[in-house]
Amino acid sequence: MQMKAIGLGLSKHALIILFGIAMLYPVLWLISSSFKPNDMIFTQTGLWPKEFTLDNYRNGWRGLQDVSFGTFFANSWIVSILSVLGNVITCSFAAFAFGRLSFKFQKLWFALMLVTIMLPYHVTLIPQYVIYSELHWINTYFPLVLPKWLSHDSFFILMMVQFIRGIPRELDESATIDGCSQRQIYFRIIMPLLTPALISAAIFTFIWSWDDFFSQMIYLSDIKLFTVQLGIRSMFDPSGQSDWGALLAMSTLSLVPITLIFLIFQRYFMEGIATTGLK
Amino acid sequence: MRATRKTMQRQHNLTAYGFLLPWLIGFFCLTLGPMLGSLYLSLTKYNLLSAPKWVGLSNYVTIFTDDQTFTNSLWLTFKYVFMSVPLRLAFALLVAMALNKGIRALGIYRTIYYVPSLLGGSVAIAIVWRQIFDGSGLVNRFLGWFGIEGPSWISHPDYIVYTIISLSIWQFGSAMVIFLAGLKQIPGDLYEAAQVDGAGKARSFFRITLPMLTPVIFFNLVMSIINSFQAFTPAFVIGDGRGGPLDATMFYTLYLYMKGFSFFEMGYASALAWIMLLIVGGFTAIVFMTSKFWVFYGDSKDGR
Repeated sequence: MQMKAIGLGLSKHALIILFGIAMLYPVLWLISSSFKPNDMIFTQTGLWPKEFTLDNYRNGWRGLQDVSFGTFFANSWIVSILSVLGNVITCSFAAFAFGRLSFKFQKLWFALMLVTIMLPYHVTLIPQYVIYSELHWINTYFPLVLPKWLSHDSFFILMMVQFIRGIPRELDESATIDGCSQRQIYFRIIMPLLTPALISAAIFTFIWSWDDFFSQMIYLSDIKLFTVQLGIRSMFDPSGQSDWGALLAMSTLSLVPITLIFLIFQRYFMEGIATTGLK
Repeated sequence: MRATRKTMQRQHNLTAYGFLLPWLIGFFCLTLGPMLGSLYLSLTKYNLLSAPKWVGLSNYVTIFTDDQTFTNSLWLTFKYVFMSVPLRLAFALLVAMALNKGIRALGIYRTIYYVPSLLGGSVAIAIVWRQIFDGSGLVNRFLGWFGIEGPSWISHPDYIVYTIISLSIWQFGSAMVIFLAGLKQIPGDLYEAAQVDGAGKARSFFRITLPMLTPVIFFNLVMSIINSFQAFTPAFVIGDGRGGPLDATMFYTLYLYMKGFSFFEMGYASALAWIMLLIVGGFTAIVFMTSKFWVFYGDSKDGR
C-alpha cells in the first residue's frame, strides 16, 4: 500500500518535471543555439552544442550601424530605472492619499482611478503622440518615462492602497498624538511599512518597461537611442536574411536582467502576484 | 473650536491634494484630455502635418460599411481572445491543482512554470516562437515522431494565429500563481465533510473547488480579456510586421498602429481606438453583470 503511494508520488513528480522541461524548452533552445556556430543552429538538433563558440556574442555586441549593443543595454537600463523610480514614488503618494487621508471628492477620484486601470492604452495613444510631437519630445525618453512620474499605471496605486489599508490605523493615531503631521506619517510610518509592495511595484515596472516594445517603437527612431527590444527587432529580418547566431545571442542577453531580478526578488514577486493578481 | 477644525480640515485637504498632485496631473493631461482629444480626432481627417479637418461620422461609417480589413482584424482578435484566454486559465487551474496538494519542492516548480510569463512579453521570445514553429522547426519535428506532418505554421495564413495563441497559453504561469494562492484559502474541512458525505474527487472539484475559486477566476478573466485585446508584440514579431501573410496577423492593435503611424491617418486610427474602447468596455460590463450568477463570495451576507 505504502509502496504504491510512493510510486504514485514519484510518477507525479516525474510528470511535473517532464512537463516543466517541455515548458522551458524554447528558452533552453534559445540559450543553447546562441552558442552554436551559425550553420549548426538549424541543422544540429540536440540541445548541447557540438561545437561551442562565443562568436555570436562578439558579432552581436557590435550592434547596428556602428552603435554597439552595449548602448542599447545602457539605454534600456536608463529608461527602466527612471520608470521604476517614478512609479514607486508617485504611485505610493497617490495610494497614501487614497488609502489613509480623507479629503474632498475622495470617492470620485478613487472611482476614476479604478476606471483608468481598465482603459485600453490605445484610446489615449494618438493625442498623446500629438502632444509629445508638439513638444518636440519624439526621439527623447520623456514620452516613455514621464507617464510613470505622473502615476499613469494606476494598477500600482490600487495594489498599494490595498496594502496600506492592512497597516493598523493605531500606528498613525499614536503618531498624530506624538505630533506627527500627515506628511511625516507618510515618510516615517507608511512608506517604511509599505516596502514589500514598493518592491513588487518596482520589479513589475522594471520588467514592463524593459519589454515595452510598442511605446519604444513609436517614440524612438534614432538608432543611438534604441533600447534592447528595438535593437533585437532591427537585427531580425522576417524575410529570413538575419544573422541568426548574433540575433539569438543578443536575445539571450536581453533576458538576463529580467531573469536576475526575478530570481533575486522572487519572494516579493510571488506575493505581489498572489495578493493583487498582477500579470 | 469650530474655526480650528475648519482650518484643520483645509490643511488636511491641502496635504492630501499635495500627495495626489502627480496623479491628478497625469489623469487630466495623459488620460482625460487625450481621451476627449481622440474622440474629437475620430471625427476628423488628420495627418499630423496639417490641421484636423472635420468630417463628422464619416470615419465610423467607412469603418463599419467599407473596411474589410477592420472586419477581418476584429474577428481575428476575437478568435485570439476567445481561444487563448479560456485555454490559458484552464491550464493554469489544472497545473495549480496538481501542485496544490502539499507537494514537495513546490517553490521550484512554481518558479519553473512562472518563467514563461516572465519572459513571454519580450521580442526575443517572439522570435524564438517564430523559429520553433517554422516549417522545419521543433514543433513539426516533434509531430514527426508521431508520424504527423505538420503544416508550415508561420507562412500559412490559416495556421499562424495558432502560433500566436500558443505563445499566449504558454504564459499560464502568472494565472497559476494566483490560483495557487486562491486554492490555499479554501478551508480543508470542506473537503473532509464532502468525503464523509461520500463525494468523489470530481464532485468535490465541481461543488467545492470551482465555486470557491470563482472570485479569483472572475478577476483573472476580466484582466485577461482586457490585456489580450491589446496584444501587439507577438502579432508584430511573429508575423511580418505588416499584418501578413495575407492579413493573418492583422490584430486589431496592429491595424490601428498601421493606420496611425504608417499611413498617418490619425483621425481614422482614433475612431478605431474608440471602437476598441467600446468593445473592451462592453465585454468587461458583460463579465461584471453576469458575475452575480456565477461568482460565489463566501462572506456574502445572504450566505448563498
